[in-house]
Amino acid sequence: MTATAGSEREQLAYIAAKAADSRVNVELETEGMTLNIGPQHPATHGTLRIVAKLDGEQVISADPVMGYMHRGYEKLTEVRTYPQVTTLINRIDWLGSFANEVPFILAAEKLMEVEAPPRAVWIRTILFEMSRIANNLLGLGDMAAQLGAVTPVFYAFRDREYVLNQVEAVTGGRFHPNFDRIGGLKDDIPAGWIASTKDSMIKMRQAADELESLVFGNEIFTTRTRGIGIIPAEVALEYGMSGSNLRGSGVDWDLRRDSPWGLAYDQADWKVWTHPDGDSYSRAWVRLQEMREGTYIVDQLLDSLPSGPVMAKVPRIIKVPEGEAWVETENPLGAMGYYIVSKGDLVPFRVKIRSASFNNIAIVPWVLKGVYVPDIISILASLYFILGDIDR
Amino acid sequence: MADTDTATEEAEEAPATDEAREALLAELQERLGDAIIDSLIKPGDELWVRVSTEGWAEIADVLRHAMNFLYFDFVSAIDWMPSPFGREMDAEVDLVLAAAAGEAEEPEAPGEMEQGYAGGDTRFQVFGRVLDVTDLRGLIIKADVPESLEVPTWITSYPGAVWHEREVHEMYGISFAGNPDMRNLYLPGDFEGYPLRKDFPLLARRVKPWPGIVDVEGMPGDGDEEGVGDASATDESEAAQ
Repeated sequence: MTATAGSEREQLAYIAAKAADSRVNVELETEGMTLNIGPQHPATHGTLRIVAKLDGEQVISADPVMGYMHRGYEKLTEVRTYPQVTTLINRIDWLGSFANEVPFILAAEKLMEVEAPPRAVWIRTILFEMSRIANNLLGLGDMAAQLGAVTPVFYAFRDREYVLNQVEAVTGGRFHPNFDRIGGLKDDIPAGWIASTKDSMIKMRQAADELESLVFGNEIFTTRTRGIGIIPAEVALEYGMSGSNLRGSGVDWDLRRDSPWGLAYDQADWKVWTHPDGDSYSRAWVRLQEMREGTYIVDQLLDSLPSGPVMAKVPRIIKVPEGEAWVETENPLGAMGYYIVSKGDLVPFRVKIRSASFNNIAIVPWVLKGVYVPDIISILASLYFILGDIDR
Repeated sequence: MADTDTATEEAEEAPATDEAREALLAELQERLGDAIIDSLIKPGDELWVRVSTEGWAEIADVLRHAMNFLYFDFVSAIDWMPSPFGREMDAEVDLVLAAAAGEAEEPEAPGEMEQGYAGGDTRFQVFGRVLDVTDLRGLIIKADVPESLEVPTWITSYPGAVWHEREVHEMYGISFAGNPDMRNLYLPGDFEGYPLRKDFPLLARRVKPWPGIVDVEGMPGDGDEEGVGDASATDESEAAQ
């Protein structure tokens, strides 16, 4: 390590530590108290436990404890054939089900040098975006519920069905489609699906508008989220945050636009939303805009849907040639990537799953330092994680 | 139409990104010198760089502070040792598939250890990825893990690496010098063994056969002399169009 780079690094680390410390009021130091949040919490998606040390009402340190849902997918993939793996990885982020399968399949296709036919690529992208719409909608409704407004979450559960019904009509599964295949898709879309999906997209836009007026105009909501849990862009980047959380910190980076390999995002006209504030409000706001933008992407792709087969010619027994491949896509919760090491066998040699929530939640000890207890809930809700996506 | 569009785009893009990756590699070599042991560029896809164990922290430092690679993606590890359990570790259904492909071999002895892209000399390797989100560059960095199973930490450059390193530590037993928090992340504190190592048996598979065999339906083309039945499956879907 060079001397200059080292000292510069220490300086930056020092500044970051001071910034975190300055949020804790040391003058009023009282006898600390440990507050155990979880592992059961009705509003978390899974069982996250946070051990928070408090000074009065301020958090001195927060330590998330995970592993209650660790299923060891990286080990399990090593004893499953490639087509069997999609069944497992559906369960990583169970609210963005179809989107979980896509990067893995793309990585396997990359190794096999198979290219899915255009129609399959289009349908993949449409289903991918529909996962995002359902996921973001529920995330926003759930956030409102955690902040004390019970109505939006019921609206979210109700309206989400319009999307899930469409996903079910194609794949047969509301949550675990298991529909993506190496070289294409299991099936084509059913008759009449395009029209009914467009109808459901109109409903989703209405849901977004409703949610916006119901939640984002609410004074309690704004008071509890504006200026709470600010994550500067530099910190968000070095913790590897992604998705709406990163764009809520003003970073204009979206893999759908910047690395559209294997998906049809470059065939639609859409916008990447960012918000400069980096607080809880901006993260939720970006999430809402992305949900609405997703409906436009789906509409456009439905209009330009090419005809043709949905499956390329692939061997019936999938053997992936030796090599390594890394594919990362912009999943509902953020960047999700699979690093596949193949030894030319029926099963992968090693699969590294880079899930979005794992990185998004790694910032919790940093961001919770110095905040007040009620803000913990607001911040965690705005980060919007799914435990299956953390624990894998 | 769209098909040809994407095809031409790829044809145009591939050499360009290749140049960009070569430039990135050249810059890294200039800055790090001998620390870079090996590298591999897949045009239009990815750049792999292998550094010495000592260079593992240095390359992160250079990328983070001198080259605008501000985004931390992940850190993980690979155990390159072939599984000593051979095909015994495979599910019953895999053996059936292998038999259909005419490859029902005896449980083979573990083969030679063979490292992947950008080479390697040790059983364990750590690898990670960082990105430059303004210029949209990224690379995968690998490093060998010595016998002492200790490599330098990345947290001084990328604080977000702390949980990733904890995960690698509990799953592979590789420790990161300089990371103060090496508690188990997922596993219970008194867990013995390192689950993602190849010599750690997946007990669920060992004690009872995988029940997937019960669910296997007869597939069209079963009984073919070759296991590759590509024609029948795709013809059907084409006919459905």
